Amino acid sequence: MKRLLVLALLLTAAAGDIHSGYDDASPETRAMQDDDSANPGFLWVREGEAQWSGKACAACHGDARVSMRGVAARYPAYDAALNRPITLDQRIAQCRTERQHAEPFTPESDAALGLSAYIGLQSRGMPLQVSTDGPMRPFYETGRTLFNTRMGQLNLSCAQCHDERAGMKLAGAVIPQGHPNGYPEYRLEWQTMGSLTRRIRNCMVGVRAEPFPPDSAEMTALALFLAARAAGLKIETPAVRP
Amino acid sequence: MIARRRFVLTAAAGTVLPVAATASHVQVAVLIRQLVGDAKLAEGRVKLDLPVLVENGNTVGMTVSVDAPPGAVHSLHVYAEANPLPEVCHIRFGPRAGVPRIQTRIRLATSQTVTAIAQMHDGTFWQDSVELLVTLAACID
Amino acid sequence: MVRVLLNVPRQVRRNEPFDVKLLISHPMESGQRRDAVGLAIPRDIINLLVVTYGNEEVLRMDLFPAIAANPFLAFSMTAVASGTLSITFTDDHGVTQSETATVEVV
Repeated sequence: MKRLLVLALLLTAAAGDIHSGYDDASPETRAMQDDDSANPGFLWVREGEAQWSGKACAACHGDARVSMRGVAARYPAYDAALNRPITLDQRIAQCRTERQHAEPFTPESDAALGLSAYIGLQSRGMPLQVSTDGPMRPFYETGRTLFNTRMGQLNLSCAQCHDERAGMKLAGAVIPQGHPNGYPEYRLEWQTMGSLTRRIRNCMVGVRAEPFPPDSAEMTALALFLAARAAGLKIETPAVRP
Repeated sequence: MIARRRFVLTAAAGTVLPVAATASHVQVAVLIRQLVGDAKLAEGRVKLDLPVLVENGNTVGMTVSVDAPPGAVHSLHVYAEANPLPEVCHIRFGPRAGVPRIQTRIRLATSQTVTAIAQMHDGTFWQDSVELLVTLAACID
Repeated sequence: MVRVLLNVPRQVRRNEPFDVKLLISHPMESGQRRDAVGLAIPRDIINLLVVTYGNEEVLRMDLFPAIAANPFLAFSMTAVASGTLSITFTDDHGVTQSETATVEVV
């Protein structure tokens, strides 16, 4: 009984240790994120806001501050018609091509990142809470398997860096826990805004693996697992990271 | 030849350079001499704020402030000696300037010394330097 | 078209310094980088930024490639009467763009 209690306490401590990449960033980088008039991500947010009001988004969804509140916290979410989970960016793309009959966005374009950032911002401060039950379960399990699979010429899994060695240093940089709670985010390294897909591709190239294609089942499953793994972390979109 | 040129430039700049001066350290010395002319350049009054350990050289927050009343500062000048080009920015204040303090974000190619100079309306020049370490990102694409 | 975020208090007190913050969406391509096939990417930066209030110049900044992408500038200024704050910037192609904000002195 006592042993069980100790185990329970240990598990609580481990769960409580989930923290945002924000906490691993330098005070200067955190300050850049904290001030909306100094956070370069807001250049994209304003771009997205203009698109929202200027295009058909507002015609159906009205005021994004109301209709989009909490939406980013629930993605990736199950799409019943497709019989699989889709990411928020895929949902936006779907809306754009199928309902607005508009040209699909170029991935990582200012237009795509802007709309994603504007919608993400409406959930800022809300805890990530994706569903992993029912039909989502097998996709979540696939994501977990991918997270723990060694890959690339360096033969490293996501978990080896972001679970087992989080908080340690790689070159001069702190290895973050690898949570997806700030995307799209402004990276000092990129000198621009980028999506979670770009970040994962970045990581995979780092271990010399062939990156999963942007809209592949693997990429979505991994995004789902990451979101579930970060459950409870507050959304920071648009985050600023080194 | 290079050593001789450095000696000549150093003599012209009228300052003592460290032994391991790079070519761009000399370039900065020359640029500063062009700016200051025959006036005296003193330490103090201007304060250059930069992190001593830089997380990513692509975007480094920088604050330059001057201990002076509004309107007393003519201009600010910033130099990074180990960048491909040593000049970072020049800022000239007009009559509506407020507190003499600016913030911007700069690029630093590598670990180096950054120097800020304030030129006052009374003709004096003041400088401050920060020696900093730029760490490299582990994962880049 | 370059996007600009200009943060200025709507109301200020006469002769009392207030802060202005400015973000401009621009890659500030340094001219030092090469593309995927090794060709030099031509320099393309904003090289001049001028801030005026009414007919008076508040600040004039010469920018070099060492200014980070998506330039940020925060500075302090004063006003004696209500008016229009205007920022004008010029890039390497000579293209000029302006952004304005009105300030009320109370």
